Amino acid sequence: MDEAVFLARAQFGLNIAFHILFPTITIALAWILVYFRVMLARTGDASWLATYKLWVKVFALTFAMGVVSGITMSFQFGTNWPGFMNNVGNVAGPLLAYEVLTAFFLEATFLGVMLFGMNRVPGWLHVLSTVLVAVGTSISAFWILALNSWMHTPAGQTYDGAALIAGDWWQIIFNPSFPYRLTHMMLASGLTAAFVVAGLSAWRLLNERSDAAALRTLRVGVVLAAILAPVQILVGDLHGLNTLEHQPAKIAAMEGIWKTQKGAPLVLFAFPNARTQTNDYAIQIPKGASLILKHDPEAELKGIDAFALDAPPVAPVFFAFRIMVGMGVAMFALAWFGVWATRRGAVPARPVLWGFAAFTFAGWIATLAGWIVTEVGRQPWLVTGVLRTVEAAGGVSGASLGASLTAYVLTYGLMLLAYIVVLTHMTGSGGEHAVESAKSAALEGTT
Amino acid sequence: MTFLPVLFTVLMGAAVLAYVVLDGYDLGVGMLMPAADAEQQEVMVASIGPFWDANETWLVLGIGLMLVAFPLAHGMILGALYLPVVAMLVGLMLRGVAFEFRLKALGWHRELWNWLFWFGSFLASLAQGFMLGLYITGFETDFARLGFSLLVAGGVCGGYVLLGATWLVLRTEGALQRLALGWARWGLWWVALGVALVSLATPAMSETVRDKWFVLDFPRTFIVMLLPLVSAAAWLWVWRTTGQLKRGESVPEWAPFAGAVAIFVCAFTGLAYSLFPYLVIDRLTIWEAAAHPSALSAVAWGAAVVLPFIVGYTVFSYRVFRGKAKAGLYGH
Ligand code: HDD
Ligand code: HEM
Ligand code: HEM
Repeated sequence: MDEAVFLARAQFGLNIAFHILFPTITIALAWILVYFRVMLARTGDASWLATYKLWVKVFALTFAMGVVSGITMSFQFGTNWPGFMNNVGNVAGPLLAYEVLTAFFLEATFLGVMLFGMNRVPGWLHVLSTVLVAVGTSISAFWILALNSWMHTPAGQTYDGAALIAGDWWQIIFNPSFPYRLTHMMLASGLTAAFVVAGLSAWRLLNERSDAAALRTLRVGVVLAAILAPVQILVGDLHGLNTLEHQPAKIAAMEGIWKTQKGAPLVLFAFPNARTQTNDYAIQIPKGASLILKHDPEAELKGIDAFALDAPPVAPVFFAFRIMVGMGVAMFALAWFGVWATRRGAVPARPVLWGFAAFTFAGWIATLAGWIVTEVGRQPWLVTGVLRTVEAAGGVSGASLGASLTAYVLTYGLMLLAYIVVLTHMTGSGGEHAVESAKSAALEGTT
Repeated sequence: MTFLPVLFTVLMGAAVLAYVVLDGYDLGVGMLMPAADAEQQEVMVASIGPFWDANETWLVLGIGLMLVAFPLAHGMILGALYLPVVAMLVGLMLRGVAFEFRLKALGWHRELWNWLFWFGSFLASLAQGFMLGLYITGFETDFARLGFSLLVAGGVCGGYVLLGATWLVLRTEGALQRLALGWARWGLWWVALGVALVSLATPAMSETVRDKWFVLDFPRTFIVMLLPLVSAAAWLWVWRTTGQLKRGESVPEWAPFAGAVAIFVCAFTGLAYSLFPYLVIDRLTIWEAAAHPSALSAVAWGAAVVLPFIVGYTVFSYRVFRGKAKAGLYGH
């Protein structure tokens, strides 16, 4: 692979991986805020007001990170992958345009009302604004995942002499992997946000055990995570079966199956070796993969050898898949333990609180691993069976890409560091009051 | 076949113009931050807080429409402008997150984010002006044209400062408003420079443009003469109304902002008139660059339905936040 293509991929991968961190939180956190806002409207209670105000700040910060990194994404399509738009732009373009038209303006405009309008609009209108922000983030996920799923399992397109064009929009949007991917991603968002809420609340309780509001939000996060974790595992399994049907090469890489065979083993852990086309140090359950994927221990599964040059690299897909599943199981266990530890309004013991604090960003790890499985597993295709990744690259020189990659890495590093420091500081120090008084102190200091 | 590309050119142009005016004023306010004291800075930030995100979305729409409707141009233009685009994006990123971080940070951290807020606004504006310069000189990068592009960049920054300052005249009161009146007049000179440079350069660069402006036949003479006249009038209007407001005479406070917007609209229309039907001067027309009609009509229908709503709730949000900005407002 030549250097410019490699840099273009590295840069795109870095950017989208950075971007997805923040939508993953905001999509579901927006709905959690709706819950807080509705509780505030129903009870009129000052403690719900404090809760809402604290989490709306967390949301605003996360949203800003998502917006600015998202704007970068909209420029990268044309610069890094000119061949993408030239070849499949007639399908991809409208889907992206609909995301801007139906989602971005909605969320950005009502975000202003939600953040600053509490004393300026009637209560019901403020609740409605909060709802519309949440609707906007979900619509945004809908369109972008429709496009991404279409790239994995294209359907509904036709050829018009020279160009690929849309035949049936319904089939394009509701392509075979879309329902699974959308559900899986929305649940991923829910889990990620639940652990952020639980983790930051636990962090607060570690600093101040008697904070009743933090105990309440801890419980909200824990219960939500406990409900979503098993559903996610189930949906992930269904997603895998869908992938087996449409992208069997990806499954072969995920499961580390090099050779087509009957009664394929379930490889729990190994070091896939691309040179020898075998797994080193494998720990495996005989016939396990055939049983799980085909519900028949003797069924035949295609291996990497069945796809010749059209197979993805095995090791990154294989490892990323284990990281994601491992995180999913760990989140499941911790969430249910947390449900037990917070029963009847008890403040959990410090080790439990430390556990949740450590898992604050666990969703990020699982989500990124999931995307690596998905995206690397699709290689060498950009749009399965339609367009190869190398055919889409081009244009910008390696030197420019290198310079910009450096600029992005520095900026993102600064932003991510500041984000995590500010979040833990803001919630850990008791939110509202501490921040307000410190803010006026800072103001006095500078005048 | 020929109608849809024209429609999309108009839509894309409208989105870019909306972006330049709307994000222009908030970038302008950002660039003016160091000129004010800490308390005034709070008011300035409060005056743009509810809007900046939606304002920036117009850029996403403009770029998105170009990507959908003119994929060839998207690759060609953004490829040629690659590094200034990256600079702009870094600027917009710093500016956008500094908004949030400066509120939550304390002590020297807060000062740092204030500076990054200013730096991000400035870098983004400068990069946009620089791109405009490169764009109208046909992406050549010899020494003279780089210098020219830098001057245009100065003009664009000045224009944004003008928009920002007149926005503050409208949205603030007292000492800050008086300061803003002074800033506005300072911005006016830079705008004059920028508009003059662009108007002289475009015909010099291309024969097509020269013919359009100087080889005239009747109905065209009219438009062509009108644009410079209206912008000169708008310029004088801003000069006059800011002077009157300074002296305490009763002039509506929106008058300077309206004048500044008028200058931008005229300059933009003039440029669009020069270029049409080219997306890249003398190289790529809108018909050569257009996507397949099926894709264009798929978006056109959606846009026809959704755009009125967007305009509707944008107006709604400006109504909610009308009146003078207060520092406390931003204590969300
Ligand atoms: C599953 C969710 C998801 C995924 C996979 C992506 N995005 Fe995103 N994006 C969102 C979910 C989202 C969001 C939750 O809707 C955001 C976060 C903050 C916001 O404004 O909306 C957003 C913001 C956002 C913005 C800024 C919007 C604004 O100004 O308000 C842009 C331009 C993009 N995205 C573009 C992209 C592109 C080009 C992507 C892929 C290549 C992409 N996003 C992947
Ligand atoms: C949001 C989370 C996502 C993450 C973390 C992610 C991650 C990645 C990574 C790591 C690569 C590089 C793959 C490689 O080099 O082999 C990649 C490539 C790519 N992805 Fe994604 N991706 C995400 C979503 C999307 C979405 C939503 C789209 C399209 C709408 C998309 C389109 C692409 C394209 C065009 C490439 C370049 C071609 C390629 O190398 O596969 N990705 N992505
Ligand atoms: C043990 C449980 C899980 C299983 C069995 C599972 C299964 C899968 C499979 C098979 C894929 C690849 C699908 C494909 O591209 O074709 C995938 C992708 C993904 N996973 Fe999971 N997953 C699990 C847990 C999680 C968790 C806990 C998260 C995040 C909180 C997560 C987030 C994602 C994401 C974001 C993707 C990429 C997007 C997508 O293709 O839907 N997964 N998962």
